[in-house]
Amino acid sequence: MGKMRTQSAPWRAAAVLASVLLVGGVAACGNSDTGGGGTKDDGKITMGFSQVGAESGWRTANTTSIKEAAAEAGIELKFDDAQQKQENQIKAIRNYIQQKVDVIAFSPVVESGWDTVLKEAKDADIPVILTDRSVDSADKSLYKTFLGSDFVKEGKLAGEWLVEQKKTASGPVNIVELQGNTGAAPANDRKKGFGEAIAANPNLKIIASQPGDFTRAGGKQVMEQFLKANPKIDVLFAHNDDMGLGALEAITAAGKVPGKDITIITVDAVKDGMQALADGKFNFIAECSPLLGPQLMDLAKKVHAGEEVPPRIETEETTFTTEQAKEALPNRKY
Amino acid sequence: MNDTMSRYRTMIGHRLFWPAAVLFVMLAANTIYRPGFLSIELKDGHLYGTPIDILRLSAPLILVALGMTLVISTGGIDLSVGSLCAISGAIACMYISKQPDQNSLGVVMTALAMALGVSLVLGAWNGVLVAVIGIQPIIATLILMVAGRGLAQLITEGQIITINSEPYRAIGLGHALTLPLAIFIALAAALLVAAFTRRTALGMIIESVGGNAMASRLAGIRSGRVIFLVYVISAACAAVAGFMMTANVSSADGNAAGLWVELDAILAVVIGGTSLAGGRFFLSGTIIGALIIQTLTTTVYAMDISPQTSLLFKAVVVIAVCLIQAPAFRARFSRRRRNVPPPATIADKPKEQVPA
Repeated sequence: MGKMRTQSAPWRAAAVLASVLLVGGVAACGNSDTGGGGTKDDGKITMGFSQVGAESGWRTANTTSIKEAAAEAGIELKFDDAQQKQENQIKAIRNYIQQKVDVIAFSPVVESGWDTVLKEAKDADIPVILTDRSVDSADKSLYKTFLGSDFVKEGKLAGEWLVEQKKTASGPVNIVELQGNTGAAPANDRKKGFGEAIAANPNLKIIASQPGDFTRAGGKQVMEQFLKANPKIDVLFAHNDDMGLGALEAITAAGKVPGKDITIITVDAVKDGMQALADGKFNFIAECSPLLGPQLMDLAKKVHAGEEVPPRIETEETTFTTEQAKEALPNRKY
Repeated sequence: MNDTMSRYRTMIGHRLFWPAAVLFVMLAANTIYRPGFLSIELKDGHLYGTPIDILRLSAPLILVALGMTLVISTGGIDLSVGSLCAISGAIACMYISKQPDQNSLGVVMTALAMALGVSLVLGAWNGVLVAVIGIQPIIATLILMVAGRGLAQLITEGQIITINSEPYRAIGLGHALTLPLAIFIALAAALLVAAFTRRTALGMIIESVGGNAMASRLAGIRSGRVIFLVYVISAACAAVAGFMMTANVSSADGNAAGLWVELDAILAVVIGGTSLAGGRFFLSGTIIGALIIQTLTTTVYAMDISPQTSLLFKAVVVIAVCLIQAPAFRARFSRRRRNVPPPATIADKPKEQVPA
């Protein structure tokens, strides 16, 4: 910076500075009150939370739930949006350690590579709670508990429903699968659970499976090719609602009726997905609830008070059929 | 004999030969794998088939890559195009979603104008940073690449904005003359850029600025203005691409729309034969480059290559394309095959070109 200032007009440096400030200001829009430091003295619990990003309606609902629950529980929340980057998240956690927050909670972007920073938190005596997604650390003492959905169970529920529906099917049932991001825990686990459940009926066969990256555009693009490569597709299993919604358009363009010609099963139950289910375009959704804020705040209070908590806590979830979706839709928060 | 030989030489010497050959080989491999790959049928009055999908899905990439070609030919680079796609799509969809009648043509036109306007301003911001203030292009556009995605999420409030607007949807999925409208939009943009750069002196001016900005300025070309202009053009192309991407799924996803498209665009430009050092550009090559990238993606899905290996598969193809494209590599390869010892001096090189 100093070199630049000597070389050129001061306004050049000012412009660079302004741009950098803009990046900081806009990109890290969730980065609330940094600095300050620990507030251990006033008895109020301070929680540092690092969110994955804002990649979907689900994630936004998750963020809102956590913020609202913190306000309600009287917990001071320091929130950081990692924008899908592990290095941002590690940076945020280190910041929280420096600020000596009482509890650190985060939803890991990826499963691996957390040992070092978690050890730093442990050395600083700050309890860590994982939410929504887990880490693959062998040392389970690095975090207090993992609060989140059981993705394997979601896949299993989806698969079991399909087995029930197709138990009278005499011929083979061709299934195509839209996976989430390759390597992401929800993608791996939902695939696993679904595969285990449909193994009960040898007629049910996954004939193609590709990642649609949890996005509508991805789901659509992959489904278009599935439809062209496979003349007979009976069932679509999408790892989230958005990919299923994208696939709807591809199915319609192929001259087929979603929900009738092709049975569609998804996971999540966000609003647009529930609407599609109520309209009969989807057939079944296994819920993956983002509203874990209240449960998280309870846990934070418990671990702060030094109480023992179980190492794995599941969020409360259910499944929806078309009729149930019609009933539940008016009261959906997200 | 000598005549056919030299004609053959000119053909494979043509800069579009190798990219086109790669595209042909990929399509051929797909057809062997699944004979119906290239088949096109008429469905609901539209042409329907994988080749049509490839053309339609590559339209946004072609647009972004066109702008990128001009930027790169000035020796610059524009990393912000992906974020610009997200911003333009987010603004358009957000505005439409707030209107009572989403199907009104006026509403859609206003939305497009607003989004395009903001994109042009952001393009001008890039242009000012690079041309006026003199920041390295990779840094200057990195600012908007990072901040822009945040901006797009700010506009959509982190939500996926779903809209139900037929006129807007048409940008991505509409049809004209049985073909997707997106193809025509990309084609029109390509012709427009080609006309402005190749039918006027603008193309040569851009190349001269890319070759040597200082020399061009001394020769009387306002380099700064030219550089500013290409970033604005790039932003405009990205904005229209953003409309296509969001219209394709009738929803704006601030986080995923146009993600990594800047890298695909740079790759398309490079495959097309444009030098990253600036100084020359080939629009037709860029378009073939974009088609290659989309065909590659579609191939992975069509052949159902497992996700764990598909990235490696893509990498191998891209490396092969880049190597085949590189004249130095080809020269070395053909030399080795003919078992001629490498030339000692540059003066020997032309002799190499004469068929033995």
